[in-house]
Amino acid sequence: MKMKHLITGALGAAVLSTTAFGAAHEAQGRDGNANIIYWQAASILNPYLSGGTKDVDASSMILEPLAGYDENGNMVTKLVDEIPTVGNGGVSADLTTITWKLSEGLLWSDGSAVTSADVVFTANYCMDETGGCQQLIKFGGVESVVAVDDLTVLITFDGPKPFPYGPFVGSTTPVLQAAQFANCMGAAAPTCTEQNFGPIGTGPFIVTEFRANDTITLAANENYRDPSKPAFATITFKGGGSADAAARSVLETGEFDYAWNLQLAPEILADMEAKGLGTLHSAFGPLVERLMINLTNPSADLGDERSTVAHPHPFMTDIAVRQALSMAVDRPLLVEIGYGKAGKVTCNVLPSPAIYDSPNNAGCEVQDIAGANALLDSAGWEMGSDGVRAKDGVRLSILYQTSTNAVRQDFQALIKQWWSEIGVETELKNIDAAVFFGGDQSSPDTFQKLFADLEMYANNFDGTDPEAYMGSWACSEIPSPENAWLGQNMPRFCDPAYDALLAEMGGTADIEERARLAIAMNDMLMQTYTIIPLVHRGNVVASANTLEGVLLNVWDTDLWNIADWSRSE
Amino acid sequence: MLNYTLRRLMFTIPTLLLISFIIFLILDTAPNDPTGNLPLTIPPEVRAQIRTSLGLDAPMYIRYLLWCKQFFVNEPLNLLYEWFGWCFNTCESRLRVTSWATRSPVVDLIVERMPQTLWVVGMSYVVGILIAVPIGVISAYKQYSWFDQLGTFISMIGFSVPTFFTGVLLIVIFSVMMPNDSWFWLPSIYDTTLKVTDWASFGAQVRQMLMPVMVLALFNAAQISRFMRASMLDNLSQDYVRTARAKGLKEKVVLLVHVLRNSMIPVVTVIALGIPQVFGGAIITEQIFKVNGLGQLLIIGIQGADIPLVQTLTFLFAVLIVIFNLVADILYGLLDPRIRYE
Repeated sequence: MKMKHLITGALGAAVLSTTAFGAAHEAQGRDGNANIIYWQAASILNPYLSGGTKDVDASSMILEPLAGYDENGNMVTKLVDEIPTVGNGGVSADLTTITWKLSEGLLWSDGSAVTSADVVFTANYCMDETGGCQQLIKFGGVESVVAVDDLTVLITFDGPKPFPYGPFVGSTTPVLQAAQFANCMGAAAPTCTEQNFGPIGTGPFIVTEFRANDTITLAANENYRDPSKPAFATITFKGGGSADAAARSVLETGEFDYAWNLQLAPEILADMEAKGLGTLHSAFGPLVERLMINLTNPSADLGDERSTVAHPHPFMTDIAVRQALSMAVDRPLLVEIGYGKAGKVTCNVLPSPAIYDSPNNAGCEVQDIAGANALLDSAGWEMGSDGVRAKDGVRLSILYQTSTNAVRQDFQALIKQWWSEIGVETELKNIDAAVFFGGDQSSPDTFQKLFADLEMYANNFDGTDPEAYMGSWACSEIPSPENAWLGQNMPRFCDPAYDALLAEMGGTADIEERARLAIAMNDMLMQTYTIIPLVHRGNVVASANTLEGVLLNVWDTDLWNIADWSRSE
Repeated sequence: MLNYTLRRLMFTIPTLLLISFIIFLILDTAPNDPTGNLPLTIPPEVRAQIRTSLGLDAPMYIRYLLWCKQFFVNEPLNLLYEWFGWCFNTCESRLRVTSWATRSPVVDLIVERMPQTLWVVGMSYVVGILIAVPIGVISAYKQYSWFDQLGTFISMIGFSVPTFFTGVLLIVIFSVMMPNDSWFWLPSIYDTTLKVTDWASFGAQVRQMLMPVMVLALFNAAQISRFMRASMLDNLSQDYVRTARAKGLKEKVVLLVHVLRNSMIPVVTVIALGIPQVFGGAIITEQIFKVNGLGQLLIIGIQGADIPLVQTLTFLFAVLIVIFNLVADILYGLLDPRIRYE
């Protein structure tokens, strides 16, 4: 492999030296082949039919949205020349419409022109109710998408939309070619295997062979809008195996150039990187591992009414208990043991993008067992002879659930130990991820039902706007039997003041003002200890030292700038 | 014999139908959700719509009957169409068994993965047999010699050390520690897109098959060599062996013609019974070397709750097991004239 790198490197150098004399730009495909490994294999290349990151990432090499996000979370143009804003008239003053103007002269990889009809078609394709579109949320509130002329698209919302960049921004909602997908509307969408495996796109690469759940081979798109890109002529996108094998193939054997999502024990990654073939990159999005406190009573004696707002929790409703649980946790140790380079301590449930990160909750970094004990003492929770605190016959005994995952079970064991030091008894439970996160109504173990006193998992949001995410903790989002246990308000937190802030955010377009509101909401959740943040989790990838241009992006796909990747010598 | 075969074949039909129904029941009651692995950012209403679009809201028996129709009627018709161009009713738009994760016909996925599974797992079976038979023969003939002790030791290792250990060990030695430009360096990742067109690509194919085949061959050889040895020992003490020696036949003839042929009878059936495993792939070894064959297809299907895929694959394995059981029984009758089924 090293030999191959040398040869391709030499070829690259030869091309460089010849072009230095003549043409201003370099030729497409000058750097030969690059190998990318995803330990979860891509199943399909149509992100509308799959929400999986692996599938969205793979398709982002071929399909492009109108605009995407760069590594700092700023919007960058893809198929348009300018991002529409209220300032430039692209977004109407009443915030109900957005007008996108496609760049002139754009071509699909088959040579035909990209028009507004393609954008309109894609919107209708996803919004067709029988199609099972997995990105429907991005089209939330869209009333109509119409073509004004060949290059202009007008999206109208059913009300003011302060953040109108849902549809066609980011790789989850790319533009499909109307001609190719014309027969794939609605119920026919899943039957279009050929289209879903080989979409025609505007991106830097085209599919030459697609093997579902295995390997994709791609070649440079000759009709790509920048004739000097991409630098690689072909890409091999291999899937399968495990995260450690993927890391090994880049960092230790040098067979691959890029490995995705390496959630591995920190010391294993450090050992592999020491071999000197590749580099680890990490970046932080909004993903936070957190404890969700159940403010309602999960006792099985309540039958159908367990974990509903009808019955408050016997002791979690006491803020002193919640605060003590948070104080007893040693967050830096959790980061060190569980995530290493891929984790940071956070005291906020909304730690990023930076403008939304609240400065008001610092101090959770330091574990304070003595303080937690003092707090519980003063709140009247007296230590019993069995080492468990109690008040009025109620013992501080907790059922703590999470999904099955080595790091999470380590965390559970550590936290159980710390809580025992403050007189809280903890019973641990772990549930298979597909069941825990799956919406099976008949299972008592879903994270929405939360038939436990607290639970731990990680969550984040798509894109850079936190409004929908902060909306998870509105009163209306509480899961209950009445709404078939839907909603993300696991703590069953309900505060009219919080809902008022949320409503205010819904009518505010100014980004600074939105940030102030988001921080206020975050502080409310943090200062009532309804949600206890543990670790701000990042994304870790590895790239070969000869691969240049990798800029890890948590706001869009890992491969967002693959057109700019190249081979160094 | 023919009557017996026909009778057995008739029995397989209800057996297989029952198996397919039981598989369907187990998968249906398993607590798994095809949308469970999707990002949490996908809201529940969308999840409900996805489930509806997959047909999950229909009652269990309807889904089972639909699968039966797709698998037993539509798929064979489609095969006829693709192989011979024969067309009955609708050819292009026939509803086939479709995987939920890839939205493509399951049978196409299986066909795509056949080559690497047959090459790697099949080759390991052949290599395993080629190693096992001589070891079994010599071990039995020279019972309790150092060779026998060594053979026993190696097969104990093959039996008891799991492939996820030997596989990773080989990778560490031959891919990580070995310098990349060394002749002994072997790839740790199997390239399924490699096409053998000349000697160079043939060499690359051999190199990438070497490690997975050896890991699996060690395991297979361990099993078969123990059968071979036991069967040889049974026969070596028989009267006909003494008679053959008394007639003055050469030791080589006694061993390789008389004893070996008789000892092979039970071993051949054991080998035949193991063939379905070849098609089943080797889930762990395929994962370690990223062979992405049928085993990996099955495990991905299970993880993603891709029920049509898992149902079809497990059912095909069931068919193979039933068929090779029959083959083993018939072979036994053919090899041993004393056995007759009537």
